[in-house]
Amino acid sequence: MLSIKDLKVKVEGRDILKGINIDVKPGEVHAIMGPNGSGKSTLAATLAGKDTFEVTSGEVRYLGKDLLDLSPEDRAREGIFLGFQYPVEIPGVSMVNFLRTALNEHMKYKGEKPLSAGDFLKLMREKKELVDINSDLTSRSVNEGFSGGEKKKNEIFQMALLNPRLAILDETDSGLDIDALRIVAKGVNNLRSKDNAIIVITHYQRLLDYIVPDYVHVLYNGKIVKSGDKTLAYELEKNGYDWIRQESDINV
Amino acid sequence: MKTITETTDTVKKFLDLYRENRELIVGSEPAQISELRDKAIKHFGEIGFPIKKDEKYKYTHLEPMFNGSLSTRIQPRKLKFDLEDIFRCDVPSLETDVLLVLNGHYYTATGEKLIEKDNGIIIGSLAEAIRKYPKLLLKHYGQYAELKNEPFVALNTACSKDGIFLYVPENQVMEKPVQVINLLLSDENEMVQHRNLFIAEKNSKAEVIICDHTLSPHMFLTNSVSEISIAENASVDVLRLQNEHNNSVQITNTWINQEKDSTGRHSTITLNGGKVRNNLNVKLDGEGATNNALGLYLIDKQQHVDNFTVIEHLKPNCVSNQHYKGVLDDIATGSFTGKIHVFPDAQKTAAFQSNKNILLSKDAKMHTKPQLEIYADDVKCSHGATVGQLDENALFYLQARGIPKSEAKLMMMFAFASEVISGIKEETLRNRIQDLVNKRLRGELSRCKNCAINCYD
Repeated sequence: MLSIKDLKVKVEGRDILKGINIDVKPGEVHAIMGPNGSGKSTLAATLAGKDTFEVTSGEVRYLGKDLLDLSPEDRAREGIFLGFQYPVEIPGVSMVNFLRTALNEHMKYKGEKPLSAGDFLKLMREKKELVDINSDLTSRSVNEGFSGGEKKKNEIFQMALLNPRLAILDETDSGLDIDALRIVAKGVNNLRSKDNAIIVITHYQRLLDYIVPDYVHVLYNGKIVKSGDKTLAYELEKNGYDWIRQESDINV
Repeated sequence: MKTITETTDTVKKFLDLYRENRELIVGSEPAQISELRDKAIKHFGEIGFPIKKDEKYKYTHLEPMFNGSLSTRIQPRKLKFDLEDIFRCDVPSLETDVLLVLNGHYYTATGEKLIEKDNGIIIGSLAEAIRKYPKLLLKHYGQYAELKNEPFVALNTACSKDGIFLYVPENQVMEKPVQVINLLLSDENEMVQHRNLFIAEKNSKAEVIICDHTLSPHMFLTNSVSEISIAENASVDVLRLQNEHNNSVQITNTWINQEKDSTGRHSTITLNGGKVRNNLNVKLDGEGATNNALGLYLIDKQQHVDNFTVIEHLKPNCVSNQHYKGVLDDIATGSFTGKIHVFPDAQKTAAFQSNKNILLSKDAKMHTKPQLEIYADDVKCSHGATVGQLDENALFYLQARGIPKSEAKLMMMFAFASEVISGIKEETLRNRIQDLVNKRLRGELSRCKNCAINCYD
């Protein structure tokens, strides 16, 4: 489904990703862990198409297409969803207008008819319940004045509405209390199917108790330095990242 | 200190014009108005047009605009046309009394120049009102628009003959807004000067929508004056929608005088124009008065819009809000100067001002300057100005949800503009304006749609 080969990315002239290789197949859940500044968010935003990030080499194939050749909006409409670490506040753009426009763009792309206002509201109500989002949030401007937890729940709400093939969640768990964490996990697990894949970026093993990954990768200094199954996450939780650092620095 | 101004050829042209046509201009009007004209032209001769170094006109040099071959008609000319054929207003479906002003002169197909309603409300031609109600009119005419160091007011005061008169007697509320449509239509370049006088007596309420349109491709130079008097506890809401072509020059001079506990609202929405200068002057001359001044300008190509406001707090406990926003594209240029003047007596003043701008291209330019002069010590005043680009992170966020970049930009521009539009109280009008602004931003609002000539790009 997603195949990243030797991906190298520069941000503001600095090498951040130094050759990433990951293969994601339909139905899989991958967790990417790693210390601060290792390049996790850069990887996520690069996959979503942030154009201030400069891809210097490598290849990303997604469902047989050259992903790096697609605009951010086309990536989204091809089924990629990025859950932002810091969801952006957009004053004056109402949640309803935003979601409806987004959803209808997806429909248009697929050659389907846009949803009627009634159907859209029905769908919204349905998904709202799923993520337990406060109903007056949807009557406000996008993320404006939302608390940290509300912003993250709002990301999961949007994901549920857009129903992506590949969801990339960038530290969606950080700053969440345990109840919000459960809701986020529930939203993610709802998306799980044999056709969909999920990449979860996180610092903590805690989230992985709720969203059980098939693979865990450790990103350090712009490279995947270790991959394994979910037991790797426990090991990291227990021992921290130092042993990874030592191990990989020795290898370098 | 007396500054000596050189009389330029352009100034001389207008002094001559006045001298040669004085008889025609004055006609049979009351002596008080003629005397005011003489005084105004004399002052204009003394001060001339603002020079380039004039701080008030630093970014908009207007004298050259008055230079070229411009016909300056004192009397309306007979134009043969069917208005229905050539003009369709973009603000229809509003329940309004529609008044037309053609090249600065009141236009009526029926011959009825003043509409006098049962409740005493009078709307119609200013020239006719001068003739019919001189006493009522002279209490206000020329009382608010200052001549001193205001060359454009002076020139208008000397030469203008007609425009719109609105009178709302004590305790009366206008049932529906008056919509004034200023049409410019000619077969040659033309200068137009018209004058409005709106009077709202005690406890009354009035709403006026002014739409400025060009209907032929010639260069039009408009220099208009509006005087608005809002008496105790009265409320007046004026919305001006400017939609002239890129080859037009428009100078508006709006003077609002507010008494005790009155409410004034003035919105200027510039959808299109060549060179536009809007002078707004508000005097809060009674305790407890409130004024809201809104502005929105959406310009591209070589357009230029300059909003210059002066809000004077003369009495205590008054509130003023200024909220101006602009979107500038291509090589458009803009300027905003907002002055808040709090006089020593005006304790407990609350005065706010904000001017926010988005530049869509690297060549668009915006000058913004707040000016606060505060001579009272117990006041709340604030101001803020920004010039920036659309938020790249927000654009990416919208794109990452599948919204194309062009659409995402539009959404953000609508959002930006709607902060001003939401200040328009009346819902139908607000929705219409929202719709017009959306069309303008999408490039779907053509000035030519209203015009049978269809000559402009």
